Amino acid sequence: MAVLLLAEVNNGELAMDATAKAVTAAKALGDVTVLAAGASAAAAGEAAAKIDGVSKVLVAEDPSLGHRLAESTAALIVSLADDYEHIVAPATTDAKNVMPRVAALLDVMVISDASGVVDANTFERPIYAGNAVQTVKSSDAKKVVTFRTSTFDAAGEGGSASVETVSAADNPGLSEWVEDKVAESDRPELTSAGVVVSGGRGVGSEEDFALIEKLADKLGAAVGASRAAVDSGYAPNDWQVGQTGKVVAPDLYIAVGISGAIQHLAGMKDSKIIVAINKDEEAPIFQVADFGLVADLFEAVPALTEKL
Amino acid sequence: MKVLVPVKRVIDYNVKVRVKADGSGVDLANVKMSMNPFDEIAVEEAIRLKEAGKADEIVVVSIGVKQSQETLRTALAMGADRAILVVAAEDVHTDIEPLAVAKILAKVVEEEKPDIVLAGKQAIDNDMNATGQMLAALLGWSQGTFASELNIEGDNAVVTREVDGGLQTIKVSMPTIVTVDLRLNEPRYASLPNIMKAKKKPLDEKTAADYGVDTAPRLEIVKTEEPAARAAGIIVGSVDELVEKLKEAGAV
Repeated sequence: MAVLLLAEVNNGELAMDATAKAVTAAKALGDVTVLAAGASAAAAGEAAAKIDGVSKVLVAEDPSLGHRLAESTAALIVSLADDYEHIVAPATTDAKNVMPRVAALLDVMVISDASGVVDANTFERPIYAGNAVQTVKSSDAKKVVTFRTSTFDAAGEGGSASVETVSAADNPGLSEWVEDKVAESDRPELTSAGVVVSGGRGVGSEEDFALIEKLADKLGAAVGASRAAVDSGYAPNDWQVGQTGKVVAPDLYIAVGISGAIQHLAGMKDSKIIVAINKDEEAPIFQVADFGLVADLFEAVPALTEKL
Repeated sequence: MKVLVPVKRVIDYNVKVRVKADGSGVDLANVKMSMNPFDEIAVEEAIRLKEAGKADEIVVVSIGVKQSQETLRTALAMGADRAILVVAAEDVHTDIEPLAVAKILAKVVEEEKPDIVLAGKQAIDNDMNATGQMLAALLGWSQGTFASELNIEGDNAVVTREVDGGLQTIKVSMPTIVTVDLRLNEPRYASLPNIMKAKKKPLDEKTAADYGVDTAPRLEIVKTEEPAARAAGIIVGSVDELVEKLKEAGAV
């Protein structure tokens, strides 16, 4: 049984953490072939070949595959699909864009955001913003699955898979890239950071979000935000943690001024240790926190930043 | 330009979800249902295109139980012109899978010939995030997913997308499918006069069989469970105690 895994490739570089976590999930299904696709993807393919459990790497380089455009990437995957029973990817925004398109072209359902593998046909996935977990069994001949990376550990390095090149499929020419606006930051990437410090509506303003950022920088952490903070304009959307944002599971998650709406909890409740700082002792965030501190964040956060 | 907007009737996003004790699913009996919030944003965007003189007709379509006509009436009250209800289920607990929904929508698109389909990026019940992409695949159309900005420029749509690292802007050729994300707009509320007017707007009723689409699920739901609860934590009395606990736990 063979698995084709679409690697997460950004501007020619392999996103190791997301890809290696998906490899862990995919290994349970069979022999893993990684597909690295992009305008340049050779280096990403070489990096993927070193992930433990990868038996083969396919590299597809073509200008039409740059910027992860869905139409050309889906056409490439479908051209390779005959040899595989599973076609999988980490559940990044890129894969969520491409994989349902692949599934429909193959006339199969997609299984999005799988958080567990029961057997080769059966997967667990969160529904209703993580308020329920559903186990689904596919009757399709091919399974197209994206894996929620926060629930799988990254596969180690030390593999030495063979690398082959494959050609791109015909470009349907339906879309073109215009520009990327990527937030420049020296901080770790939110979904793979070991520590995340997030702020909510309680932070009160964009200026006061500096308190959150200072604590994060002291801890070498990524900065997150609740949807309420994003909607209020205190923080950019790519910081959003929750059902409609990113799902994270760091070793330490510090929630500051976040009440703990279900949609936020869905994005962080798998964190190993959760700290909540909120002045409202009734806030639901305390129900999931390992350590709760009922305090005014404008006093507690600077004090914490100083003492850590 | 004609705009088609698929809308889904889902549990209201303010309602606490309860998993049924027998593990068969989430309890939807006597629960407040509303339009999927992402679909509201899609309806709003279509209305704004019309108000800007870029669109001349907005058709909304819903696929599901008969009660979905309430959702369609809401869309009509917001400002859509006409609605199509495709009855594909009898029990409110039956969720038609995105693949089957996309197949029915593809048939609706063949009939209605819209220039653009505006859809929510995901439904807040099954969280599948698939229908728009699947419809684009079946039609062989371009797709612009997770849109936070949309501009129609001649035969193209310029879509700014919410992606993991920030924002990506792409230009897609029309006809196209655009799925919308939260920050695209803030949907309006329907006014009372418009709610009254919406009752007179045309609403066609069809069935999945009318379109010759098999809606049998590809995924069997084995069980539905409550997520694992976290063990209760402790409330610390001070910042110093918090630092001490974090050090003990090896977290810092």
